[in-house]
Amino acid sequence: MKEYQTITEISGPLVFAEVDEPVGYDEIVEIETEDGRTLRGQVLESSEGLVSIQVFEGTGGIDRNASVRFLGETMKMPVTEDLLGRVMDGSGNPIDGGPEIVPDERRDIVGAAINPYSREYPEEFIQTGVSSIDGMNTLVRGQKLPIFSGSGLPHNDLALQIARQATVPEEDEGDDDDDEGSEFAVIFGAMGITQEEANEFMADFERTGALERSVVFMNLADDPAVERTVTPRLALTTAEYLAFDKGYHVLVILTDITNYCEALREIGAAREEVPGRRGYPGYMYTDLAQLYERAGRIQGREGSVTQIPILTMPSDDITHPIPDLTGYITEGQIIVDRSLNSQGIEPPINVLPSLSRLMDDGIGEGLTRGDHADVSDQLYAAYAEGEDLRDLVNIVGREALTDRDNKFLDFADRFENEFVQQGYDTNRSIGDTLDIGWDLLSTLPKEELNRIDEDLIAEYYREDAAEAVQAD
Amino acid sequence: MSQAQTESVDEDGVIESVSGPVVTAADLDARMNDVVYVGEEGLMGEVIEIEGNLTTIQVYEETSGVGPGEPVENTGEPLSVDLGPGLLDTIYDGVQRPLDELETKMNSAFLDRGVDAPGIDLERTWEFTPTVEAGDAVEPGDVIGEVPETESITHKVMVPPDSDGGEIESIESGTFTVDETVATLDSGEEISMHQEWPVRSARPAAEKRTPTVPLVSGQRVQDGLFPIAKGGTAAIPGPFGSGKTVTQHQLAKWSDADIVVYVGCGERGNEMTEVIEDFPELEDPKTGKPLMSRTCLIANTSNMPVAARESCIYTGITIAEYFRDMGYDVALMADSTSRWAEAMREISSRLEEMPGEEGYPAYLSAALSEFYERAGLFENVNGTEGSVSVIGAVSPPGGDFSEPVTQNTLRIVKTFWALDADLAERRHFPSINWNESYSLYRQQLDPWFRDNVAEDYPEVRQWGVDVLDEEDELQEIVQLVGKDALPEDQQLTLEVARYLREAWLQQNAFHDVDTFCPPEKTYRMLQAIKTFNDEAFNALDAGVPVEEIQEVNAAPRLNRMGTAEEWDEFIDDLEGDLESQIRELY
Ligand SMILES: Nc1ncnc2c1ncn2[C@@H]1O[C@H](COP(=O)(O)OP(=O)(O)O)[C@@H](O)[C@H]1O
Ligand SMILES: [Mg+2]
Repeated sequence: MKEYQTITEISGPLVFAEVDEPVGYDEIVEIETEDGRTLRGQVLESSEGLVSIQVFEGTGGIDRNASVRFLGETMKMPVTEDLLGRVMDGSGNPIDGGPEIVPDERRDIVGAAINPYSREYPEEFIQTGVSSIDGMNTLVRGQKLPIFSGSGLPHNDLALQIARQATVPEEDEGDDDDDEGSEFAVIFGAMGITQEEANEFMADFERTGALERSVVFMNLADDPAVERTVTPRLALTTAEYLAFDKGYHVLVILTDITNYCEALREIGAAREEVPGRRGYPGYMYTDLAQLYERAGRIQGREGSVTQIPILTMPSDDITHPIPDLTGYITEGQIIVDRSLNSQGIEPPINVLPSLSRLMDDGIGEGLTRGDHADVSDQLYAAYAEGEDLRDLVNIVGREALTDRDNKFLDFADRFENEFVQQGYDTNRSIGDTLDIGWDLLSTLPKEELNRIDEDLIAEYYREDAAEAVQAD
Repeated sequence: MSQAQTESVDEDGVIESVSGPVVTAADLDARMNDVVYVGEEGLMGEVIEIEGNLTTIQVYEETSGVGPGEPVENTGEPLSVDLGPGLLDTIYDGVQRPLDELETKMNSAFLDRGVDAPGIDLERTWEFTPTVEAGDAVEPGDVIGEVPETESITHKVMVPPDSDGGEIESIESGTFTVDETVATLDSGEEISMHQEWPVRSARPAAEKRTPTVPLVSGQRVQDGLFPIAKGGTAAIPGPFGSGKTVTQHQLAKWSDADIVVYVGCGERGNEMTEVIEDFPELEDPKTGKPLMSRTCLIANTSNMPVAARESCIYTGITIAEYFRDMGYDVALMADSTSRWAEAMREISSRLEEMPGEEGYPAYLSAALSEFYERAGLFENVNGTEGSVSVIGAVSPPGGDFSEPVTQNTLRIVKTFWALDADLAERRHFPSINWNESYSLYRQQLDPWFRDNVAEDYPEVRQWGVDVLDEEDELQEIVQLVGKDALPEDQQLTLEVARYLREAWLQQNAFHDVDTFCPPEKTYRMLQAIKTFNDEAFNALDAGVPVEEIQEVNAAPRLNRMGTAEEWDEFIDDLEGDLESQIRELY
């Protein structure tokens, strides 16, 4: 392997070096500094005689005399089932003091796209025990469903609650312990989160014993930013291996995508690319898609990859490019809301802008319950109507509203306090969730339930609930 | 995609630089838009710029590991599609490689690179039946025979557009592969069922006509308020989650086109999988045959190479034109044209071209209009009439319609279905905003609706539009004073408008019955709400208080019309009950 001492320029995370033999695009590079440190990087552009290299650990300490080695291959992740239970840094080096990892195989971290013809449409209901998700934004195995949050909001508590409680009900019946299949292997990919947040996750994993079936990749806030572009790819390569080669149902939690995107922006700026919206690179959609699309099911394979990426929306702005591009790629989004949080609602999920695109095929008779879709639609419509009226009531007062309107206002309040509110330790079955839904819907006149099939109304509507409210 | 017939005679070039999907090569003898094979692995690419000795190529596959010094080989042919029997009931990638074939060849569920496959099966045989005989004179485009391609579609075998035509010397029925000769002309020219066409040029047609027949969608808000013509163009812009894809899927399922070409451009893999799994099971309401047998899918999902996203739109429209030439009504859905525009932007920025608005290339507007211009109702060169309707989803960043792709698209298309996040949030679907959307085809389609649905269709529709407009105005007052403060007649208008929105405009794509609504039902549902309106206002005039009218128990049944299976009887009964119950009040 040839060594060069030909660095001509160092700029931000980039190093430019002259070469006298061809170097492949995306190839891995090692740079050895004079003080003996070895840094890793990747070829961003390769032309006759000159390459630009993006250095993962940052370019600090590199000078013209550093030597550059091209490894002749693109970046690989060593994979094995033994990764379960291990903790690694953002570049995939173990940091838990455990034994050396003996790989089964080394896989390219830029995963190839799944052939759409080979996919299987995801439709197995995952019960998270969280009513606003299970009831109204149902998650299914193989889905990519991000949490859109804001800084300082309890998205981590929610993600941990999901990771703890997620099960696939049917397989759960009877033999709980020996059936590994219904439990998820959790892959946790941290990008630029604080040590404190990392501890929160690790403590929970340890407390619940989840660590044994987890693989953790940690790039923390003070770790190199450029490394963040690699961490999720290591995590997803591991996830795909465990799911599609070893048959695990894998839940991937990636946090915080916003930090990942900042790293992309930094690299783009260093390359002097024409920036896109708000300075993010024009190819960010494609780049994010190459992460998010690595979720799903494949025909004839046992396992699945379910993704729950977490992102904090800068200034809580859902139209910011990071949540915007994400929402265009993922199969819905769960919105953590600041004002519900200040009302003390746990988890503070605002269902209205939330969505699960794969819900429709995952619910209903034989999957969850026959009334699920209708109840969900009606809850949405009624809550939206109640929400609208809140603005009006501030202006005209309750007395100026019709009887009907007042019922919708009350409904909206109770919906937040009884349906959404549940705490981070309550694990509700889907049956409980739908029953609470009916409790609330039954406070509205029957004729107003125009999203629900009449037979279902006959079966589930509680006449007493309506009367009880009318009485007071 | 079509594969080079002749071995390359040109000089090979040498890669000079690689940056993502853009590769430059030196010493390559090539023309613009020639297809080339790049690197040791032979990755497919297309020439997009020539400057001095340097040729710039966009590569349709991942370029990781490819480096300077590797060879580039020119096929000498422009990017073309294979046309012939075997296009339907198929799923392709953006350069017309069949995805099932790729799965087999790669022996993997993941897309590898450097693997090529012809767009139509060259080994499969078809039953060919001539429709002309020896001695007949034929010209380019003329139909010379037929092949039952799928359960529902008869493929017309045509003289290729670039043929000289002549007299048929021999033609016979029989079983042939697509490359075998089915007819010979007196000039010695041999005609097979297999044609090729460069995707970036429109196939020729004799004349473009004004469309007067709607593409019936089976969706109330579209057929009822904002219809599109067969041969028309429509745009569906909307933020994420507002219903673009479901709307496109609904049209692919229920519209009365003969052929559907569905282009998934830079969107989700699972959405294509959904179509592949659902369509074979669903029945075409027109023929009763599986929907898949009239459908051709083209998938370049968001994680597939970006250059092939740029080409997939052209691949799709060329296939659509080919079926149009046979005299079919073709509907092409492109989800999403924004991803196509972004692919252009990405390539353009790697070429360091001077950016226009928001970084899009200056030719964005031209590329969009060229694409939509390929839609239309045409008199084909063979004298038949065929149409291509184009429906493009648009994904504006942040849901803001003032951005360049939406704006440039709106300047071209004649139907605008504006999706609304607020409606989607309250699960009012399809979330097509009735105040913002429009169709410029309404008038030219009215005669068809009068003749085929109801004589007063346009008038009843106008009544509905007026009520919705009035509601829009009244809502502003309600926001200030509350509903109770309005006079009774206005309260009643609000009630009627609510039924229009909730019982008529809303339509659940996931309900077995409601998902498809024939235009007769759309009309009758609207009529029923009008019946309620007319009876109610009569009662109000006669002094009945508005609360009493609202409480008539037949009224909420209006909400059940959409899901009613026996809708004709249901609406008969309902109208009768509305009439008698309201009249009882005075
Ligand atoms: N006509 C409809 N009927 C019922 N639900 C719909 C309809 N249109 C959209 N939806 C709902 O909205 C969600 C998002 O729609 P989709 O078409 O995927 O949005 P977009 O493509 O604009 O991002 C769907 O998953 C579905 O739940
Ligand atoms: Mg979509």
